[in-house]
Amino acid sequence: MKVRVDPERCEGHSRCHALAPELFALDDFGNATAVGDGAVPPELEAKARLAVANCPEYAVEIAEDAG
Amino acid sequence: MSESKAGSETRGGAGPVPDAETGAGACPVTGQPPAGQSLDEAPERPPVTDWRTDWDHLDPRWRDNPFPIWDELRKGPIARTERFEGAWLPTRYEDVKAIAYDTEHFTSRRILLRHKKYEDPPLPAPPITSDPPEHKAHKQVLLPFFTPQEVGKLEPMARRICNELIDDFIADGRCDAAQHYARHIPVRIIAYMLGVPVKDSDLFIRWIHEILEIGIVDDEIGKNATKAMRDYFRHHIALRKEGRSEAEPDGPEPDLIRVMMDGSLNGVPFEENHVLGTLNLLMIAGIDTTWSSIGAAIMHLGQHADDRQRLIEEPDLMPTAIEELLRAYSPVTMAREIKKDVEMGGCPMKKGEMVLLSFPAANRDPEMFPDADKVVLDRQENRHGAFGLGIHRCVGSNLARMELRVGIEEWLKRIPDYRVDGEVRWSDGTVRGPRTLPVVFGPVAFG
Repeated sequence: MKVRVDPERCEGHSRCHALAPELFALDDFGNATAVGDGAVPPELEAKARLAVANCPEYAVEIAEDAG
Repeated sequence: MSESKAGSETRGGAGPVPDAETGAGACPVTGQPPAGQSLDEAPERPPVTDWRTDWDHLDPRWRDNPFPIWDELRKGPIARTERFEGAWLPTRYEDVKAIAYDTEHFTSRRILLRHKKYEDPPLPAPPITSDPPEHKAHKQVLLPFFTPQEVGKLEPMARRICNELIDDFIADGRCDAAQHYARHIPVRIIAYMLGVPVKDSDLFIRWIHEILEIGIVDDEIGKNATKAMRDYFRHHIALRKEGRSEAEPDGPEPDLIRVMMDGSLNGVPFEENHVLGTLNLLMIAGIDTTWSSIGAAIMHLGQHADDRQRLIEEPDLMPTAIEELLRAYSPVTMAREIKKDVEMGGCPMKKGEMVLLSFPAANRDPEMFPDADKVVLDRQENRHGAFGLGIHRCVGSNLARMELRVGIEEWLKRIPDYRVDGEVRWSDGTVRGPRTLPVVFGPVAFG
């Protein structure tokens, strides 16, 4: 599993960062980006789904294993 | 995602909305206001007879319990009123979101719904009154000071303020949690961040009341308060130009007054109107709103002992619970002015009319939030728009969250058992929150 934040949609609500700081970092303006290449270790998959389900802008996406 | 867990019912007990049974699907007919409705002659507002065609967010029924009104309106087309020189009221999440995203047809240059538009053009308060493309730069000058990391530095101060306030009334066994607690937390913190004396807090609270509540229907009082606030900041800017300031000695460096004084766009310094507008906004937006959220949360937990107990026993639930309380008791409603004629859901919206963007109503939409009227502290899917949706997401959202969390945590540490004892009175106008919240605790309540 991988996560991605759409920079066009993100408005800096920082909900993803609050729910899964291991997966989402914030830039100087408070907008979110995926940590590293966005890869989600199995134990954090539930948190990743939670981050998706709480983004008011639908900016957080999960790409099920690209392989 | 369904929430099977039982939540606490939060909807008030008022009956159905009178005269709102006109058929759904068609747009309300627009027309002239009834004779004698002008607020100039009649300070008493005529009562609303039909919420679908004559809504008024200043009506006492809306103030005391707006939820049944919104539920009824959600079943029909976007509601209309001839009050406020013609305005629309979306109550469904999808409609509120669509308008919040549509900066082509809707401008933010007026964000307060007043009985009439007294200024043309209105005074700017960037970034909340800014539209694209300038909006982004107007907002970015502020954002670095409001990230979770930056506001985290203020957390110890927030905890100290909360405890000092509690010290003042804990021995009494009762207090007005809105007046003696919630109201003082955000104002002291924003004063500190702005770089003005915290002791001036009561002055700021008065101005904000005069702008956001009285000023909506009384032009003179609203204008005078706005002017007084601008003069206040002019004074503090002048002091800095002389190398002085009255900021708290341990205050942030730079403070927000300095940030705005030094701000520029493409190398051109911000005009005075811009600087003063933003500073006024920071004070107004940073105080009433979070005061309302803290008060509503304390009210809810005072009325729902099960939720209160759960939060005490499961402190890790706090971040999720905070979002749910923000959803259920969202304080902030924002307006837009229609910039270009547009049709929304079959309603012909005309240039110059206003839209009241009710994020609180959107956040209670059962199409978006199952059991929308229940507070479900561990709600798993919660895309609430309490801080707005789209480009105008509240600059201070991270600060507000921190103040709300700390405000509840410190209260529950010192006052784990309490109940609401008496009538809760709500604010008038744009920002909704308890303004009187009598609570009892300790032996008075349970002895």
